[in-house]
Amino acid sequence: MTWDIFVALLAATVLAGTPLLYATMGELITERSGVLNLGVEGMMIMGAFFAFIVEYKTGNPWLATLAAGLGAACIGFLHGVVCLVFQGNQTVSGLALTIFGVGLSDYLGAPFIGQKTVGFQSFDIPLLSDIPVLGPVFFQHDPLVYLSFVLPWVVMWFFRRTSLGLALCAAGEAPEAVRAAGLNPVRMRWLGICAGAFFVGVGGAYLSLCATHLWTHNLTAGKGWIAVALVIFAFWRPRRALLGAYLFGGIMALQLRMQALGTAIPSSLMMMLPYALTILALLVSSARGKGRSAPAALGENIAPGA
Amino acid sequence: MDGFRVVRRQTPPGWVSFAVLPAALLIALVFCSLLLMIQDKSPVKAAVVLFQGGFGSLYALQDTMLKAIPIFLCSLGVSVAFRMKVWNIGAEGQFALGGVGATWAVLTFSGLPMPLMLCLMLLCAAVAGGLWGLIPGYLRLKFGLNEIISTLMLNYIGIEFMRYLVYGPWKDPGSMGFPMTGLFPEEAVFPEVLGYVHAGLLVCVVAAVAVYVFLQRTRLGFELCVSGENPRAARYARIPYGFLLMFVLALSGALAGMAGCVEVSATFNRLQPNLCTGYGYTAIVVAWLSRLRTPSIALFSVFVAGLLVGTDNLQVDMQVPAAFGGILEGFILLCVLAGQFFHSYTLVRMGRRQGGAA
Repeated sequence: MTWDIFVALLAATVLAGTPLLYATMGELITERSGVLNLGVEGMMIMGAFFAFIVEYKTGNPWLATLAAGLGAACIGFLHGVVCLVFQGNQTVSGLALTIFGVGLSDYLGAPFIGQKTVGFQSFDIPLLSDIPVLGPVFFQHDPLVYLSFVLPWVVMWFFRRTSLGLALCAAGEAPEAVRAAGLNPVRMRWLGICAGAFFVGVGGAYLSLCATHLWTHNLTAGKGWIAVALVIFAFWRPRRALLGAYLFGGIMALQLRMQALGTAIPSSLMMMLPYALTILALLVSSARGKGRSAPAALGENIAPGA
Repeated sequence: MDGFRVVRRQTPPGWVSFAVLPAALLIALVFCSLLLMIQDKSPVKAAVVLFQGGFGSLYALQDTMLKAIPIFLCSLGVSVAFRMKVWNIGAEGQFALGGVGATWAVLTFSGLPMPLMLCLMLLCAAVAGGLWGLIPGYLRLKFGLNEIISTLMLNYIGIEFMRYLVYGPWKDPGSMGFPMTGLFPEEAVFPEVLGYVHAGLLVCVVAAVAVYVFLQRTRLGFELCVSGENPRAARYARIPYGFLLMFVLALSGALAGMAGCVEVSATFNRLQPNLCTGYGYTAIVVAWLSRLRTPSIALFSVFVAGLLVGTDNLQVDMQVPAAFGGILEGFILLCVLAGQFFHSYTLVRMGRRQGGAA
């Protein structure tokens, strides 16, 4: 009996960790290209909204997911305009983007609050889903979850094995070196911003299409900010981001489960848990060393006309 | 940008500051008109309703002032931190803790005369907010933890902590199950001083003068600005960076805490869960719109507060969702950030041949 609960909890961990994984991976790509985008929360909730509205109009969850990614990329594009073209402060621009995105999703979504979506249905992978424990934990979910399993490896392959990925990372470490090599670092950063925002948007889509099947107010509830923290926790490395996302997914799943069971702990204190643990996780992993620090040019704009 | 070249300016021209804001407002206006048209609402009527609601009458102006007071205090706080390039995003949580501190003072010391009571509340709020601000300072100093993340997470934690108190130990038994403390006694409520604008205005004036003098006229204030401009130079000049970091966050938190105190005392007359309505984030917008200058912060607090009051009016009159205020704030800030490009750069037209060579 307890074993069943434990397995169910692990499965819930994977579910809760998936949107975090997408968002973290997105921000990780952006930050590796040297751009700090604190607008994750805003882009994610806009992604959730675009996914909801397209699903609501067309009933096609795949189209909705694509729309979420592209929509979030458009919001991220604003960050690019401010920081890459107009040399604005990246920190402030990201914050403005979050305020803007949260406001916009609330505004556009106001008429639809409480509206349900069909979204993705879970589908069991044949054979794999019959494995005890591993089956129910990993292989009885919806397609977006399965895609997220391969994402860290794809991103890692992109960073290490493709010339485009290497150039993108170089734009985050030493943009002038990229320029010396005859490439345009600003273009790499555009790619980093837009591709990153796309995945952040897909993370948002997961929330409205798979997690809640519903459009409501404040769907992200700080998950975008946790993703920003997870990038630091992951030392800007894709596979560690997987670990971080599931760690926090586990905490959120546990929190929901305990609230449902009705423990004596007041719900406000339970609600603090993910945020407090974010700080704790960063503290534990804060020992700085080789390969653990941020991209060298993170947050620094590339002066034009150089 | 074909045919143009970006050139760095030697000195920022004066016209930029005056031109950027109207241009940004214009772009925001166009964008928001489009948004209103999506929901079949007349942008012209909306603009009139918004302006009248925020600035159009004496009542409107007083409402605007009431909203401007907490925004100003929070914004003053974050601007001090931003001057040192310390990214205190935590005004919202420090504001909540300020409310908690002030309420604690009310619940603990009763029967004091009004001036003493109000001062005590402000003090407790400032201490609570300041301590809440010190946590990220300590974490950054000791463990190198990024203060953007820690202040933000502490926002959520602080607000939940406030809710915990209101739902639990501090809940008024006579509130018929509503999560709120009892109504504050008369001596714990800021009196009205100007129309129905309350004495929080005086707190703002005192705080503004104090911060202005501190930044412009004291050694520590000067060192703070230097540390923001150039941390390495600061280290060579033996400026106590760590101490300043802690100090700045504590000061920042204390100011936001005082805003919380003013809000609980004058606006709600009690502590209740909807205390935090995003003033802490609005404060960041205001601080950047005013480029961190104290007098401009006062102006922009009133301006943005007016927009928010106007948005409330839009909600009542035209059923525009309240989130409209956030869109305005965020979008205007994005435009202004982009426009500030022209402070340090200019576009120079270049000859066709030169363009081909570059």
